[in-house]
Amino acid sequence: MTTILIVAAYFAMGCFVLGMVPCMVRLWRGPTAQDRVLALDALYINGMLTILVAGILFNTMLYFDIALLIALFGFVGSAALSKFLLRGEVIEP
Amino acid sequence: MIEYDLPFWIALPAAVLLVVAGVLALTGSLGLIRLSSFYQRIHAPTMGNTMGVGCVLIASMMVFSWTQSRPILHEVLIVLLLFLTSPVTAMLLMRAAVYRQREGGKHDDGRNE
Repeated sequence: MTTILIVAAYFAMGCFVLGMVPCMVRLWRGPTAQDRVLALDALYINGMLTILVAGILFNTMLYFDIALLIALFGFVGSAALSKFLLRGEVIEP
Repeated sequence: MIEYDLPFWIALPAAVLLVVAGVLALTGSLGLIRLSSFYQRIHAPTMGNTMGVGCVLIASMMVFSWTQSRPILHEVLIVLLLFLTSPVTAMLLMRAAVYRQREGGKHDDGRNE
């Protein structure tokens, strides 16, 4: 019965890694800067999901902390980049 | 690799959830290159952000709760964090896009649509 789970986990991992390709394309030739920030946002979500599925596959709880950190720092990066696009500086006096 | 033996009623729902999450995240990412303007594109990755993350984390909770033989609820943290932060990012990004478009692209890198 575990074989089904292994196959599904590999399928999901392949989907997430394949989903990074459109994000990279949009990051490479997004016409505007906000398109690139959006592509980075989608990219870190896909990477985080890949790491979580790897944690299920390898049966360790270690990957969970890494995924939490990626989510946290990804949000900080996206918010800082958006704020920079909006105001021209990140932390205003 | 998984070396334990999962019962039927955990392995099957977890597998279905993982497949659904993969298809949803792939669809959302493909929307990034399929859709034509930025205001349409900002809708696409939210599918992976909400449903994809939710499905993967529910599957992870089920599998780890069986293997560790105690309820594992840490994954709710990630769901909570993402559900709190991704609307904030989307709103900031949308406001930045509206502002930059109204400015007429004079802050742009010269390659407007």
